[in-house]
Amino acid sequence: MPEQAGEAYAPSQRRIERERFKRARARRATAVAALSTLVTAIVLFLVITGSPGWPRTRETFFSAEYARKALPKVLEGLLLNLQLLVVCGAAVLVLGLLLAVARTLHGPVFFPLRALATAYTDFFRGLPLIICLLMVVFGVPALRLQGVTTDPVVLGGSALVLTYSAYVAEVFRAGIESVHPSQRAAARSLGLSSGQALRFVVLPQAVRRVVPPLLNDLVSLQKDTGLVSIAGAVDAVYAAQIIAGKDFNFTPYVVAGLVFVALTIPMTRFTDWVTARMDRRRAQGGIV
Amino acid sequence: MSTTEKTPVPAAGAVPDGGPVLRLESVRKTYGRGTVVLRDVDLEVPPHSVTVLIGASGSGKSTLLRCANLLEEIDDGAIFLDGAEITDPRADADAVRRRIGVVFQAYNLFPHMTVLDNITLAPRRVHKVPRAEAEARARELLERLGLGGRADEYPDRLSGGQQQRVAIVRALAGRPRLLLLDEVTAALDPELVGEVLGVVRDLKEEGMTMVIATHEMGFAREVADQVCFLDGGVVLERGTPEQVFGDPQHERTRRFLQRIIEARRL
Repeated sequence: MPEQAGEAYAPSQRRIERERFKRARARRATAVAALSTLVTAIVLFLVITGSPGWPRTRETFFSAEYARKALPKVLEGLLLNLQLLVVCGAAVLVLGLLLAVARTLHGPVFFPLRALATAYTDFFRGLPLIICLLMVVFGVPALRLQGVTTDPVVLGGSALVLTYSAYVAEVFRAGIESVHPSQRAAARSLGLSSGQALRFVVLPQAVRRVVPPLLNDLVSLQKDTGLVSIAGAVDAVYAAQIIAGKDFNFTPYVVAGLVFVALTIPMTRFTDWVTARMDRRRAQGGIV
Repeated sequence: MSTTEKTPVPAAGAVPDGGPVLRLESVRKTYGRGTVVLRDVDLEVPPHSVTVLIGASGSGKSTLLRCANLLEEIDDGAIFLDGAEITDPRADADAVRRRIGVVFQAYNLFPHMTVLDNITLAPRRVHKVPRAEAEARARELLERLGLGGRADEYPDRLSGGQQQRVAIVRALAGRPRLLLLDEVTAALDPELVGEVLGVVRDLKEEGMTMVIATHEMGFAREVADQVCFLDGGVVLERGTPEQVFGDPQHERTRRFLQRIIEARRL
């Protein structure tokens, strides 16, 4: 520990002994955790590989040969999932924030806007995503409107945005409402307009607070981009389905699944990191 | 109050006759990289005595109290409660905290619970006292502190002084061996300070062992058996109120008291 100038500090015997004990305890805890994890893994491994259907299951779900064959196609499809995630994610955040702000506007002038935003979130939060998708990707083309696209990717993406913006709007709204009214009062008494108070004082605090749940929704969106496959867009899931259907082997699904997991893990770690950093900033050095 | 008499004796044999309830030995506490908050602090709090900590903001008063309650981990030195070292990593921090009551500057009442639930939470969940018994005792304590009719209110319906008295009742409900009060009147309107200090005065009468951090010098002088002046994380001066207030030995103590007196005149 660095010291201030002119002060000699040497750790006491007591401190040295105490720290030695803590290190030993930490080592012991790590050892116990590692051992129990290992034992659980071994037991699981033995139970699964010892089961009567295992050779057959391994061939159908975990065939290295089919995995090698499926991987390039699945990765190719994954590019579409990533594109959808980026575009839809951005649209969801913008639309969600607008909806949340619309719902928190005060005064009778804004009643129609408020009511509309409320109705929108109520409806799309309740509507199952899969039904929303089916309605949009099959219903919209059926109208045969001039100039409206029939591209399943665009339509599927729109359905995702419709549903997810309703979720995200509620997350934002919770954040806005968690900012204490006194903050608004202070901003307004400085002469900031209602909009300025929202933009410069309330929203920055609100958004910071809801970053972890927002990232959670984005991870969820990332997986749900796989659902556009039902519209016929060739994403990772559909690519796997095509191969699986041809060879009567489920390995491509497993490959697609693992690819999605691999994609979500960095996002989840990022969420953890952001949350931990925020906690550290809030904590005032206490240990409870 | 019967609080102190009924206080269960902690771990058998841990209470040496007449030994200090709380003892700090060369306690050192740093924050982050190199900011030393407490530097070789020694302190002894005998049973049924009141120790008052005075000093400017940032002098380490609150940190000392937080360390005594194990809310902060000290870097070096040791703290003893009834002769047993509580800063040993093998010590059960929850068991230690059960024997120490704390009252915070900002009350820290739980806003989602009624006054009664705030008070009976620890007795019921930690000390496993039956609900009826815990509530009877809570009501009795509330009555004694002049809050008889407030048991079923929520904290935000009470004045600051009432909230702080509820916080004191909450701290007392676990029958603590020692009570730590961290600037308990600092957040109160001047006209509400008196009612809270009155309660502390009564607790002293009843023999409660207390460590109090405060800026109320008149009160400190009246209630303290021992006054410690903290400056830069060091106990610069200690003694009876007469010694510290009447004849301070250090220039810094004199200057600090002078500033307080001047502030009062404004």
